[in-house]
Amino acid sequence: MTAIPYSPDYAAPQTGRTTYLNATHTIRSWLLTKDHKRIGILYMISITIFFMIGAGGAALVRINLLTPAGILSEPAQYNKAFTIHGVMMVFFFLVPSIPATLGNFLLPLMIGARDVAFPKINLASWYLLIIGSSFALSAILFGGVDTGWTFYTPYSSTFSNTHVVLMIVGIFINGFSSILTGLNFVVTIHKMRAPGMTWFRLPLFVWAMYATSLIFILGTPVIAITLALVAVERLLRVGIFDPALGGDPILFQHMFWFYSHPAVYIMILPSFGVISEVITCFARKRIFGYVFVAFSSVAIAIIGFLVWAHHLFDAGISVYSGLIFSLLSFLVAVPTAVKVFSWTATLYKGSVSLETPMLYALGFIGLFTIGGLTGLMLATLGLDVHLHDTYFVIAHFHYVMVGGAIMAYLGGIHFWWPKMTGKMYPEFWGKIAAAITFLGFNLTFFPQFVLGYLGMPRRYHAYPPEFQVYNVLSTAGASVLAVGYVLPLIYLLWSLKYGAEAGPNPFRSMSLEWQTPSPPPTENFERTPICSQPPYAYDLQTPMGSPVPTAAAT
Amino acid sequence: MTEHIATEHAHSLVQHQFEDAYQQKEAATLGMWAFLATEVLFFGGLFVAYTIYRHQYPDPFRQGALNLKWYLGGINTAVLLLSSFTMAMAVHAAAIGSNAKIIRYLVLTIIVGGAFLGIKATEYYIEYREHLIPGLNFAHDPPSEEEVGPFVGAFEKVQGWFDRVVPPRQKEEKRSDTEEMFFLFYFIMTAIHATHMIVGIGIMLVLIWMAKHEMFSAQWHNPVENFGLYWHFVDIVWVFLFPTLYLLRQP
Repeated sequence: MTAIPYSPDYAAPQTGRTTYLNATHTIRSWLLTKDHKRIGILYMISITIFFMIGAGGAALVRINLLTPAGILSEPAQYNKAFTIHGVMMVFFFLVPSIPATLGNFLLPLMIGARDVAFPKINLASWYLLIIGSSFALSAILFGGVDTGWTFYTPYSSTFSNTHVVLMIVGIFINGFSSILTGLNFVVTIHKMRAPGMTWFRLPLFVWAMYATSLIFILGTPVIAITLALVAVERLLRVGIFDPALGGDPILFQHMFWFYSHPAVYIMILPSFGVISEVITCFARKRIFGYVFVAFSSVAIAIIGFLVWAHHLFDAGISVYSGLIFSLLSFLVAVPTAVKVFSWTATLYKGSVSLETPMLYALGFIGLFTIGGLTGLMLATLGLDVHLHDTYFVIAHFHYVMVGGAIMAYLGGIHFWWPKMTGKMYPEFWGKIAAAITFLGFNLTFFPQFVLGYLGMPRRYHAYPPEFQVYNVLSTAGASVLAVGYVLPLIYLLWSLKYGAEAGPNPFRSMSLEWQTPSPPPTENFERTPICSQPPYAYDLQTPMGSPVPTAAAT
Repeated sequence: MTEHIATEHAHSLVQHQFEDAYQQKEAATLGMWAFLATEVLFFGGLFVAYTIYRHQYPDPFRQGALNLKWYLGGINTAVLLLSSFTMAMAVHAAAIGSNAKIIRYLVLTIIVGGAFLGIKATEYYIEYREHLIPGLNFAHDPPSEEEVGPFVGAFEKVQGWFDRVVPPRQKEEKRSDTEEMFFLFYFIMTAIHATHMIVGIGIMLVLIWMAKHEMFSAQWHNPVENFGLYWHFVDIVWVFLFPTLYLLRQP
């Protein structure tokens, strides 16, 4: 490190500065804020609560499966437990997790804008999340729902005696929260970029947000109308999806997965963006194959819309459409592999330092690769017939959703924590938590691959005694994993008061969001930055937005 | 001097996150198109489901369409297209910066759009009297002439005149279960469409209030322009709904 990175606002005093956090203090000013940074924080607080409720559901599931007969007194309680877990985690935690918290906070900062394009709509989308979640939580409090997060018909529309409609209303409203966030991001990325911030200078996180937003806009309305039809069928007893009334349950599955499969990419694409940011910063290198990584996000979003029926291989679709959807599903692996190759190639010969966010990112790469490769196994038509609806599927998507999305979310929270709060998280405890999460995760979910391969079906409250050892291992792992999640919650809150002052750019990142004080002022930048540098110019030591372009900058 | 004042005026309406009025306008327009993309997929899900069942149950769905008063739907199509014209005129008035004309054409659009909703409500009433509403009073046997009353009977008579010109084949007296499914789709789709129109009328009232306060100018009139996009979209949805629901009535 010979050259000292340029830092335009380093001179600004760190104390006594007006930031978005201390500009105003009342609760009202937070609840009526139009500042994207504050809205991001509001999202972070609310989805942390939803995460804990969902985790409570998971805890019930894992405790029940400790013994072959099941510990919960009734199977119906078990059904409600995994439904709470699925609905809260998918619709109210994972879908808004990175886009609505980190995305809201960082997107305008990364492109050099003062705010998103529609700040009022941004706030409205948070309120829609709160209203939607109130419906969902009231459904849980009034006795729960036992359909699973997939609401398969005719069980959900005809036979279930639980609060399905209330839950659907919650998810329907929450869907519009997603749509408005996506709409805001698309317009912001198109129209609000700072001078010189061309498409190919955008951070890869922004590209990932763009691809995610396309899915928000084009996928979410379909799940909204599909679930609305389920509610109508349930209320009026007129056939839409119930075969006894002339409806077609397979059509429900088609329409459900038309959103819900792309929704998987809503959860994982933002994680890819986070990992790309973290890897370049802690490898002190430009990202390998920037353009390929950028377009791979968009490619995943587009191909992701064409693979939904691989969830229906066992449901009675024709073998020909099965073949086609199997092939199309393989295609998604190509842009995804491009990303993994890019990260590994970026690490190669980089000056890698292992701070906490980097540990999470490296953990992500390993876990996501396992999750992705087992996804290919499930996309294989013949093999899926054997593995469909077993714990193999559970393990696969938890490797992607938990090992992937949540690792990236936590990594991103640590990476940008100094940006958001101005405080440093405790590095020692951060590393401990990352290691515990990684170990606990593998202990929880790797046995489930074996269970699924041996044929244990998902969603059963009881199982044959020979499976017990794997289930006990899994539950033990879940307890370790819980420690890994509780630790950051404690020390991040602790750091708010006792953490070291982070300074504007503790990780010496070249990205634009770090070239303004931390925490940023309400207007983000003191003057609109002019971006004449290539992204991730760690070799040139030219941070994005530095006023004097060097000769080597393109 | 006048131009200078106009620019000043336009500048004051630029929200803080934008650099200038041009950027704001571009963002607002793109936002509206993105919203319409969402709407296309929202209605698209319904159209896909409808189309699949129309294919699966051609005859009951045809029988269902025979129960609709297609001439009322036809009149409504014309009415709605007229409202699109008045809306286009309102956007034109906004482009030349005339608040008075904006008000005039928006009021006209509300009146014509209200006429559409009135005719639609009449249709719903007829269908109610004919026991065609699923989950509420759908009956497998059509009610008698006395039961539906003279008001609805008059519409039946008119339908009879039209049907003599292009006689529908194989109209069955007894209604099947699947015909109820047709009516479910009919009511869901037209009701969501009507909801969009009611929301639109609400927005137009706001726009009229804004125009009354001379808020729009040739430089700044994004809300009127983008609302125009919305209104035309709602129109186009009906242009697809009308043939899908009313006109597919021959085997």
